[in-house]
Amino acid sequence: MLWKTLTYSGWGRVAEATGPVARPERVSSLAAALADDAGPAIGNCRSYGDACLSDGRSAIKMVRLDRMISFDADAGVLDVEAGMCVGEIAKIFAPQGWLPAVMPGTGFATVGGCIANDVHGKNHHGAGSFGQHVVEITLMNGDKTTVISPSKNAALFKATVGGLGQTGVIVSAKLQLLACKGDVMMVTERRIDGFDEFIEALDASQASYTVGWIDATAKGDALGRGILEEGETGYGLVPAKKKSKTVPFNAPRFALSKPIVKMFNSAYFRRVPENGRTSVKPIQDFFFPLDAIHDWNKLYGKQGFMQFQCVVPPGQIDALKRMLEKIAHSGLASPLAVLKRMGGGAAGLMSFPMEGYTLAVDFRSSAKALKLIAELETTTAEAGGRVYLAKDATLEAKHLPAMYPNLSKFSAAANKADPDGNFETDLTSRLRIRSAS
Amino acid sequence: MTDNWIILGATSSMAKAFARAVSSEGARVFLAGRDLEDLRVSASDCVQRGAEAAEAMMFDARQQPGFKAIVDRVAQEDGMINVAVFVGSMPAQSDIDADPSLIDGVIKDSFTGPAAFLQTIAPEMEERGGGTVIGVGSVAGDRGRIGNYVYGSAKAGFHTYLSGLRNRLTRSGGHVVTVKPGFVDSAMTWGIEGMFLVAPPEKVATDLLRAVEKKKNVIYTPFFWAIIMGIITRIPERIFKKMSI
Repeated sequence: MLWKTLTYSGWGRVAEATGPVARPERVSSLAAALADDAGPAIGNCRSYGDACLSDGRSAIKMVRLDRMISFDADAGVLDVEAGMCVGEIAKIFAPQGWLPAVMPGTGFATVGGCIANDVHGKNHHGAGSFGQHVVEITLMNGDKTTVISPSKNAALFKATVGGLGQTGVIVSAKLQLLACKGDVMMVTERRIDGFDEFIEALDASQASYTVGWIDATAKGDALGRGILEEGETGYGLVPAKKKSKTVPFNAPRFALSKPIVKMFNSAYFRRVPENGRTSVKPIQDFFFPLDAIHDWNKLYGKQGFMQFQCVVPPGQIDALKRMLEKIAHSGLASPLAVLKRMGGGAAGLMSFPMEGYTLAVDFRSSAKALKLIAELETTTAEAGGRVYLAKDATLEAKHLPAMYPNLSKFSAAANKADPDGNFETDLTSRLRIRSAS
Repeated sequence: MTDNWIILGATSSMAKAFARAVSSEGARVFLAGRDLEDLRVSASDCVQRGAEAAEAMMFDARQQPGFKAIVDRVAQEDGMINVAVFVGSMPAQSDIDADPSLIDGVIKDSFTGPAAFLQTIAPEMEERGGGTVIGVGSVAGDRGRIGNYVYGSAKAGFHTYLSGLRNRLTRSGGHVVTVKPGFVDSAMTWGIEGMFLVAPPEKVATDLLRAVEKKKNVIYTPFFWAIIMGIITRIPERIFKKMSI
């Protein structure tokens, strides 16, 4: 059958949707689903909030359209269906000397999702965003299939990359892969004792891949302490990956209570020797550390969790520090907190990345966390920064125009491509994105 | 030497998962089905995953005259010839009740079509002294049930055919695996009510490969369907005939 009524949620499990979902296994059945009841395309639902939800309306799950259509081994250009996961591409091509040019923190993100959210990775400061390596997109909208690229239908391309699925269904895309030495990573980890040192270390890092883990429970002098990880691809032999584990049930509340998180963070910090260390890891371990534990989102219990991720301009380091102080004093943070330097690279009108620093922190869902996140969102807006919509479940629509200066332009482009609002998602309705033009 | 795998009904998700699994072991794959355009994409996917070569071929279980061409094409290649049969069709029983002429198509797709193909290729396999046939049947073929007994009887016929073919090919070093999948998470079961314990196609593909390696004769996949069907087939007919499961 074409449709199945499903209740599904984003990765954070704070919002859910119920509606008919089609999961085509061929391009012809995708066309049939669109003709029958057009709705937004969704992938593995690894965005955290409601970017991948279509409550009460149809949605098209693209995960079964996951084949490699062709690969140009000289140019390193891979033509791939939108439902294929980036981790799978990395697994197949790294031994041949190629990697997706940009990889988000989970390998389970689909190519379509990576384009629609113009995702970034640990190499954003050098390589830019995912969309900057997309050579061509095949887009389906009604009975029309259009090929778009940075030079052909450029306006539609800019509205599609980072466009939250609003311009149509991404069927396939040609990706420029990045040459790499092999399928292992040389990783250097260093302890960083405080916030200011962290900013300095991030600015000074010369590595291709850089990411900072922060102990978001540390206060006072230790505020912003953490571990700087720098990586380069390499070749060599590392032991085969251990079998992945699965979190079988929702964890109880105390699993991520304040004392346990503090204890965990402290141990995690001290795991790296005082003078740092360099080790060799399989690429998956470096790029997708959490993918080894399936359904890790269940660790936050059945109420789910929210991730706050913002980026602020380079001159707004103080605002960032204030946010971190607020988070540390709230005692609400989980072990997952990440700080990164971001370059200016972005490919679409609604892309998240901008020059500056990005901070991401997970919170178990609660009234207190909601209030804290709202304050952080206001600080971000005041600092001239923006909130990442792929993670968002809480932002107020009023903040959006300042955060995304191309909003009205995007809205106009989306409404032109999809005048009936077929591809609206719960996120675009909540933030009134389509009525901003 | 490179193994050849002919995959009949290659557009199904179970077949796709299996084709990917043998491709990553370096096999030469022939993807046969009705949607050539779709199969060509699957073929290039197989090559990227490590297949020595991959070809899309036209196969319609209801068009027997086309079978010989596939056999002739594959016979040009060296190495063992293996066949995996994933074809079959399952219209709703209520549609068949309304239009009994649909029965012919179900029998052709699920039983006589693939049987005729295997009959055509068997001599070539015997000549090469080996090769494996995977015949995908169904738990529905173990006992006729009110919900889908036409499809079930076609699969039951196919099971019996496979057991005979096993008897024949064993003599020349070949082997036949009869596979009885329970519910598989595919386009066929998507949105159908009453599905439970639905297995991902990748899990089925792994089970098939293991069955080939271990020269199993009949397998249920996932394995617990052996227990479920063991119970269902043991229910006395005088009780079973009043049940609707």
